[in-house]
Amino acid sequence: MTSLDLLSPGAHARLISIGGERAFRCRLMELGLLPGTLVRLVRRVDVGGVLEVEVRGCRLSVRHGEARQLKVETVDG
Amino acid sequence: MQQGSPAPALQGSRVAIAGNPNTGKTTLFNRLTGLSAKVGNYPGVTVERESGTMRLERFGAVELTDVPGTYSLTARSAEELIAIQAICGLHPLERPDAVLLVVDATQLTRNLYLALQVIETDIPVVIALNMIDMLAATGIEIDVAALERELGVPVVAISAQHNRGLDDLRAALDRVLENPRCGRPGPRWIPESRELQQDVRSVAERLPALWKLDEVQRREALALWALLSLDEHDEIQGVPQALRQVVVERRRLAAAAGREIDAEIIRGRYEWIDRRASSFLKQSARPRSSLTDRVDRLLLHPFLGFTTFLIAMGVVFQALFSWADPAISTIEGAVGWLKELVVGALPPGLAADFVGDGLIEGVGSVVVFLPQIMLLFFFIGVMEDTGYMARVAFLMDRLMKSIGLHGRAFVPMMSGFACAVPAILATRTMERQRDRMLTMMVVPLMTCSARLPVYSLMIAALFPPDTVLGFVPVQGLLMVAMYVFSTLVALLAAAVLGRTLFKGPRVPLLLEMPPYRSPHWPSIGAMMWRKSMVFLTEAGTGILACTVIMWALLTFPRTGEHDAAFDARRAQAEASSAEGEQRAELLASIENERRARALQHSYGGRLGHAMEPLIEPLGFDWKIGVGLLGAFAAREVFVSTMGVVYGMGEDVDDQSVGLRQRIKQETRDDGRPVYTPLVGLTLMVFFAVACQCMSTLAAVRRETKSWRWPAFLFVYTGLLAWLLAFAVHQGGRLLGFA
Repeated sequence: MTSLDLLSPGAHARLISIGGERAFRCRLMELGLLPGTLVRLVRRVDVGGVLEVEVRGCRLSVRHGEARQLKVETVDG
Repeated sequence: MQQGSPAPALQGSRVAIAGNPNTGKTTLFNRLTGLSAKVGNYPGVTVERESGTMRLERFGAVELTDVPGTYSLTARSAEELIAIQAICGLHPLERPDAVLLVVDATQLTRNLYLALQVIETDIPVVIALNMIDMLAATGIEIDVAALERELGVPVVAISAQHNRGLDDLRAALDRVLENPRCGRPGPRWIPESRELQQDVRSVAERLPALWKLDEVQRREALALWALLSLDEHDEIQGVPQALRQVVVERRRLAAAAGREIDAEIIRGRYEWIDRRASSFLKQSARPRSSLTDRVDRLLLHPFLGFTTFLIAMGVVFQALFSWADPAISTIEGAVGWLKELVVGALPPGLAADFVGDGLIEGVGSVVVFLPQIMLLFFFIGVMEDTGYMARVAFLMDRLMKSIGLHGRAFVPMMSGFACAVPAILATRTMERQRDRMLTMMVVPLMTCSARLPVYSLMIAALFPPDTVLGFVPVQGLLMVAMYVFSTLVALLAAAVLGRTLFKGPRVPLLLEMPPYRSPHWPSIGAMMWRKSMVFLTEAGTGILACTVIMWALLTFPRTGEHDAAFDARRAQAEASSAEGEQRAELLASIENERRARALQHSYGGRLGHAMEPLIEPLGFDWKIGVGLLGAFAAREVFVSTMGVVYGMGEDVDDQSVGLRQRIKQETRDDGRPVYTPLVGLTLMVFFAVACQCMSTLAAVRRETKSWRWPAFLFVYTGLLAWLLAFAVHQGGRLLGFA
């Protein structure tokens, strides 16, 4: 198990759990990031401190610090 | 219902248009309403409410109201509360007759989450399946009839951008308005577990009666909404404490039993969607358009992305700074021409002065902002429509976060270099009230173009055209230093205010990165038009009123006895032997002297005198005080006010050699010069920080719907300006600069 911020670009992973505040978890889940969902790390923009993930065909950007709260297990694309 | 009996609400029907952000909702709204849309405000919050008239074949003119884009009805802040209020007609908003839900066909399952929530609330719904023309490129196929069956509400495939399917959409709306039952299928997803059902029931009992809970389904939908939305820290007003308590209690009980209510509800809805997706959705393996990927590889590149962004910002800045100039000059010319025309037609005297210097100048000082406002909103429209704005927030997030600002605050902050007024209007692009307020409070600190004439007059008059290090011109260096100084003060103020007054819960950044799309030009035009109208009618009235007040302050009381003395001198001059130019010069100098005298005796002049003890520690005399007062109308007015104070007439500008000379020669009673380089620097520091600009204050008042914030802005920048100017002046004296 690892966290979303440690994935490398292009990696596929399955979401295991979301940590952090309730409001944050709710919002992520409502955007489709439920535990069990497949995600793909699209790109990291380290200068901006942000990374982009794909879930359900949508692209979302999340900060590194918040991505750390998303525990994932890598799966083969 | 098909034939005969006209529907009861044949006139005055209301439809709310809702949907996820980036679904083309605004484009569809503009398509359906044309240019009829008007901007208002949702009661109690500073969220704009756009509504317009849509023509339906059977129902005629129907009011269409835009609901802010949202991914779900769940709310945590006052702004997010709007969506559920507008859709369910919770107090104080009225219940719409139907909801037009815009769904992005290329991101169907995520969009259906909101659709399920809306359908649950038991309001008649029509779904507009937008971007149907983009499906081919994404390898998605949607069976519209099957989707309609599963959801139980009319679904119409459309392309708002290409004007396809809109007639069918209007017909579907007609049908649902006539027979609401065909858009009200009852809830699609119902909580499966007994525990969750129990939670819903006990919350439903505490819902406020004001929410018109005539039906069980609606009650349960609102109970589900409360379970997701309320907690100890939510910022939602108008919710009874008893309701909040029961939600918190149910959540605590559930947690004790190892359950998570939020996850159960959200997962339940998504599972409902996923179970049925196979019947209406076919996705081939091909991922979405790679064009967006290719463009993003450039625009989000660590180096090239920033470079492109800076170039784009440079274009915006250049546009506001100089491309707007011809339009501004034209407006100023037209105002001057009109003033001459009208004043010439009136008998000279108070009435002519009032109409010319009060009213016409006042209207002119409002209209003159329009070119910059329109240009800025043009660029913002293009950035929003294409999807680039999301990338800007993405690139700027770390930088802006470190000073406590939202990533999107970058555009208003930078626009502030041109003018704070359009920049304050542009804070709308941020959703959270806290982010908007913080940005509004610091944007006026950026060096706007109106400060330039003041700087350039001071620098040219008081600093030598020398160079340092052999090649760097002192004057240019000072100008650059003023920009750097003001930017640092703004960033510092943001950091301090953001950690104190606007301290709020840290909000996680969760941005959707929409695929790049070509902008819809008519929508951008419509937005520019609406923003301008709102500015003219709302902020404009404030600016006009302030201009008239400033005019009165600098005009009254009239000095009759002095006028008589000047009349005598004028008559003498006219009777003298001086001819032609010489006589005109003599007359002009008498007139200038008269105006200087009148200004000294006006309330404004007296205020300047009264202010003297306050500004003395900064090295300013009362004449500078009058100039500061005049600058309140607009900063550049400082220059012309100084012209009047020094009896040189008001037709001076920062390039006037005469005014520069006069400033150098001005002495105190003891013969020391008033203006030293140190006083000039102090004055520039004061101007850089103080928000002495009534247009900015009027714009803040309009955006915040309160006098508190403009008052706060005025006082805090005034105090800060005084302190910094004091530090510069007294510090400079201690260091031995006179």
